[in-house]
Amino acid sequence: MSWSTIFNHPLGLLGADSFPFLAMLSSDDSDIFINGLLGSFAAALVIISVMVVVALLTRYRAWRTLWFDWLTSTDHKKIGIMYVVLALVMLTRAIAEAVLMRAQGAVGLGGGFLSSDHFAQLFSTHGTIMIFFMAMPFLTGLINYVVPLQIGARDVAFPILNSISLWLTAAGAALVMISLVVGAFSTGGWFGYPPYTETLYNPGIGVDYWIWSLTLASLGSTLTGINIAVTIYKKRAPGMKLYYMPLFTWTALCTAIMMIFAMPPLTVVTLQLALDRYLDFHFFTNGLGGNQMNFLNMFWLFGHPEVYILILPAFGVYSEIFSTFSGKVLFGYKSLVWATISIAFLSFLVWLHHFFTMGQSGHINAVFGIASMLIGIPTGVKIYDWMWTMLRGRIRFSVPMIYSLAFIFLFVIGGITGIMLANPILDYQVHNTVFLVAHFHNMVVPGVLFGMLAGYTFWFPKAFGFRLDERWGRISAYCWIFGWMGAFFPLYILGLMGLPRRSVAYEQASYVPLEIVAFVGALLVAAALMALVIQLWVSIKYREKNRVFVGDPWNGRSLEWATSAPPPEYNFPVVPSINDRDAFTAAKEFGVGYQEPDAYVNIEIPQNSAMGPVFGGTSFLLAFGLVWQIWWLVILTGLITIGTLVMRGFQRDTLKIIPAEAVCRTHQHWIQAARLALPIKRSQEHTAANKGRAAIETVEVPT
Amino acid sequence: MPKSTTPVSVLHMHGLGLQQTGTLSVHYVALLLLSGCNSAEHLSFLNPQGPIATAQSEHFWLVVAILFILIALPVFIGTAWIAWHYRYGATKSKYVPRWEIFKPLEYFSWGIPIAIVLFLSVLVWEDTERFDPYHTLASSKPATHVQVIGYDWKWLFVYPEHGIASVGMLAFPAEQPLTMELTSATVMQSFFIPALGSQIYAMGGMVTQLNLQADRPGHFLGENTMYSGDGFHQQKFVAVAMTLTDFDAWVQQVRATGIPFDAAALNAIATQGTKAQLSTALAPAAPTFDGNVYFTGVKANFFTDLVISVMDEKPLPSTALAPAITKGQ
Amino acid sequence: MISELFKRLEFYLDARQNKEIFIYPGLNLGVEHSDAHTQAEATVFGFWVFLMSDAIIFGMAFATYATLLHGTADSPGPRELYHLGPIFIETLLLLTSSFTFGMASIAMKYKHPTSRLVGWLLITLVLGVVFLGMELNDFRAMFAAGGLPTQSGFLSGFFGLVPLHGLHVMAGCIWLVCMLGQIAVHGLDSETKLGLLRLALFWHFLDIVWIFIFSVVYLAGLA
Repeated sequence: MSWSTIFNHPLGLLGADSFPFLAMLSSDDSDIFINGLLGSFAAALVIISVMVVVALLTRYRAWRTLWFDWLTSTDHKKIGIMYVVLALVMLTRAIAEAVLMRAQGAVGLGGGFLSSDHFAQLFSTHGTIMIFFMAMPFLTGLINYVVPLQIGARDVAFPILNSISLWLTAAGAALVMISLVVGAFSTGGWFGYPPYTETLYNPGIGVDYWIWSLTLASLGSTLTGINIAVTIYKKRAPGMKLYYMPLFTWTALCTAIMMIFAMPPLTVVTLQLALDRYLDFHFFTNGLGGNQMNFLNMFWLFGHPEVYILILPAFGVYSEIFSTFSGKVLFGYKSLVWATISIAFLSFLVWLHHFFTMGQSGHINAVFGIASMLIGIPTGVKIYDWMWTMLRGRIRFSVPMIYSLAFIFLFVIGGITGIMLANPILDYQVHNTVFLVAHFHNMVVPGVLFGMLAGYTFWFPKAFGFRLDERWGRISAYCWIFGWMGAFFPLYILGLMGLPRRSVAYEQASYVPLEIVAFVGALLVAAALMALVIQLWVSIKYREKNRVFVGDPWNGRSLEWATSAPPPEYNFPVVPSINDRDAFTAAKEFGVGYQEPDAYVNIEIPQNSAMGPVFGGTSFLLAFGLVWQIWWLVILTGLITIGTLVMRGFQRDTLKIIPAEAVCRTHQHWIQAARLALPIKRSQEHTAANKGRAAIETVEVPT
Repeated sequence: MPKSTTPVSVLHMHGLGLQQTGTLSVHYVALLLLSGCNSAEHLSFLNPQGPIATAQSEHFWLVVAILFILIALPVFIGTAWIAWHYRYGATKSKYVPRWEIFKPLEYFSWGIPIAIVLFLSVLVWEDTERFDPYHTLASSKPATHVQVIGYDWKWLFVYPEHGIASVGMLAFPAEQPLTMELTSATVMQSFFIPALGSQIYAMGGMVTQLNLQADRPGHFLGENTMYSGDGFHQQKFVAVAMTLTDFDAWVQQVRATGIPFDAAALNAIATQGTKAQLSTALAPAAPTFDGNVYFTGVKANFFTDLVISVMDEKPLPSTALAPAITKGQ
Repeated sequence: MISELFKRLEFYLDARQNKEIFIYPGLNLGVEHSDAHTQAEATVFGFWVFLMSDAIIFGMAFATYATLLHGTADSPGPRELYHLGPIFIETLLLLTSSFTFGMASIAMKYKHPTSRLVGWLLITLVLGVVFLGMELNDFRAMFAAGGLPTQSGFLSGFFGLVPLHGLHVMAGCIWLVCMLGQIAVHGLDSETKLGLLRLALFWHFLDIVWIFIFSVVYLAGLA
């Protein structure tokens, strides 16, 4: 790379043919035309959505609000909300891709309407988005919002770092989105095994898009992990022992620790693959001493813990929900805690089960197979303890509980197929077939996504001050549940019939009926997403009716329910003192749920910071420059990034003070509202009478 | 080439093991039976055609039975019962909001999964070793040796002892072991004949092994299950188990009609493309009799030379390929 | 003797309860600002956690190097490319720089004149820069002897590991310059102290990583 090439080609590899739309127009091939049309439609959607958002922001003069109240905010609650918004936007795209793939499957007997390359891009972006830009932001968002509230903290340990993590993730997501408009994405799947992803077999820029979006996401997640772990270790309210922490906080802690240790291997493999591709290194090449098996080992050394990074927070959500909606304390708290810890620990010892078929000896496979099945023990314990939590309770079948119950049923099936896949003898047969696809969707949809959606429904009133519409919530939940069953039970059978995953077409007529059922299931899932959007719209429209300002709409048990909805910027006027599990329930039962402190003091909170958006912008442009080899852009944005960091070091007085009087005013307003509000019984939970004050109904009923 | 299957046997052995999965609807079974069979009748290990697949199938049903009866069923019934019995409106059932621990129940919660996993672990430890794909199968008869090379997007089967090779069909004698060595001339692939048994990766510059056996003559679906590019879904082949006499006849036929395995032929194979495209490319040389492509004059050291050439990123040595030779040698 | 031991133990146990006495092992930033102190504790703890994460990155790079060690593919291997002489001097330089940074930390802890602190930091910086220069020279010599990362898996593994450490040292040097700047602008306020505290951890961490590189890469490669 000489200096002349850097300046001779100011746009690097970018040219008119980099735009799929233009490439489509200049092609006579009908196949390219159809796929180009679909691609262009998607690209147009991206562009139009951005334009609509820009227009709306301008129309309502919301740019200032957006910048000062949101984008530069260091408030963990706003960052959490932005994470969830990112997750929902990406979810929409990935679901659309899923429906397209299942549609192709339904007509895929010997052909179909999608080209191989287009199909490969679809499954690659679908997987990449769902894991890194849907599930990860969703759980990070929930953790961000809820954990500081649950442990009685004012914010996370490093608020600006938190904002930077968000923006790194968003930059990665933006990179995947821009690949729709400029160029093409990788066809190597979400795990991009070399040598297929080496330059020799994949000379284009698709794999580079994949590499840099993953690198940004993994850096963001590492920093998030550090932040959450330190927050939980160092920022708990006085008196909150580790064993007093709500289970969601426990799962957040385990997830954070796993992020700290599991994301680095991902960063390393993606960067090593980048060195192979950009500088002709030989990490993973077939020849010259490269070792492709290293990629598999290191990728899954990240990849398997990643699965539990995703699922543990969902387990935390379910624990909160089973307890809250059964009106009962969590059964076997310590068992659940230790089950969580052992899952986190074991998840680092099982990575090899992703490639039992690579030719290592039977005994090595058996050791990893048994280690994998061991995870079934703590997972089983969790299932049982959730059942015992419901036992002798008073169960309300609200939307979060519907998700949670469906989770138990479907997750047990996923667990069983998981035990089968952990068994090398069976894995030799079902590995790389759609049976595997059905299994991991069984874990990440009823397992992770249902948990995230349940958490979204559960904590929405806390974040925005009004409840979500119950009816549309139910419609959405049932569509998710039955849609998922329709889409993936057939895949289990197809896998047993030998259909390899990632097949754009097939020759066996016997696959067709099951493929059609799966397509109908996918349509139902799309309907579920639609219902979710309608629910949000209806809820916003009738928000005044559903206000729960007092902040405790579900008769909650942990500290996050002990503040107003939405909570003030500093969360708690006085940091609470904890001497029990289920701290807020205890307080309510003692009649001290809504108390005035003896005195109000000034509260210091971090000022807004443009560090996050600047990092987001520069890292996006840096990655874009790397993809298209626009070297001046890479150097420029790299220097800006370093310069911003250096300048930040020189900055002092990064806190702002909220005066005691303001704190007092806000708190008094809330206390008055709480005292005026009528405590309602759970039977009126979903009526307008629910202002967020719960009546105590914890009177034992002996038989 | 002799076809050993009759329509009756097709009906009997088609697809998924129908005897076992009685849950499939009658209509669907009918559909399965009516569906055309493009020469591979056996898709699934649930209708096993060899000792490995039989063991896997038995293992599968055992594990399914244990897990569904001992785990799923009790949890399903228990959860449904609990959810109904302790619903919010219930007046008669017990309500103990502070019931947070009951030791016997805790022992149960840990004990059941531990016991089941322990049992399965013993099973896995023994069977994984026993059915390790690298283990040669015990038999009084000699094993057939085949070297499998993955190309984009077809498999090349080399018979080093017979000096022949084929694309699209893996023929071998039934009732005697089939020993394979596998490598890839391109990206990572996974070689799989579900009805016979395990799959195994084929990787460039490396050699893996796979041992299978067919109990009786038949046509089995073979495929690559590891995504490898545009033609991936067409990287299929038929594994044909035949009687020893049929196999010998097949070898003779390939020797007689095969295309010489020279640099031009290898170049055509190494070019990205499906079996059909390869067939078209080589058709002028010798039209194939069944859509598959057959080669003759393959040197015994070809496989090893290829592995080394991929490992060193160097072209094949001239000794790997024979100069063009006459047919029927 | 034993009762003495128990007394000491008791003292420490009491001290843990009583934050006034037992603040934080190592540098104490002053007990009077307890809020600022809690934040400082979180910051330093967070940096430790970051170093653990970074250690995994190095661990992966080491593992990659170890698995690719024999993949020399007919190109120069360790024996042709490694020269212990300069490596030994580099090791001494880095160890010495860790010592001088330690002296800087002591100067900060015991509130010696700022000039002494800055002096130690400058010596550390010079040692770091000389180390980097020598390492670059090593790489140049390796390139000249045909040891390019494009040659083989082994060389890829080497250049995926050793320059990774070099980049870290470079980042450390830049950070050190920034800290000197902060001392000039803000003096030794608590933020600057906190920055120096973390940089010291980083510097010593890189020293430890180098010890591993010295033994695993160079010594074992030549053994």
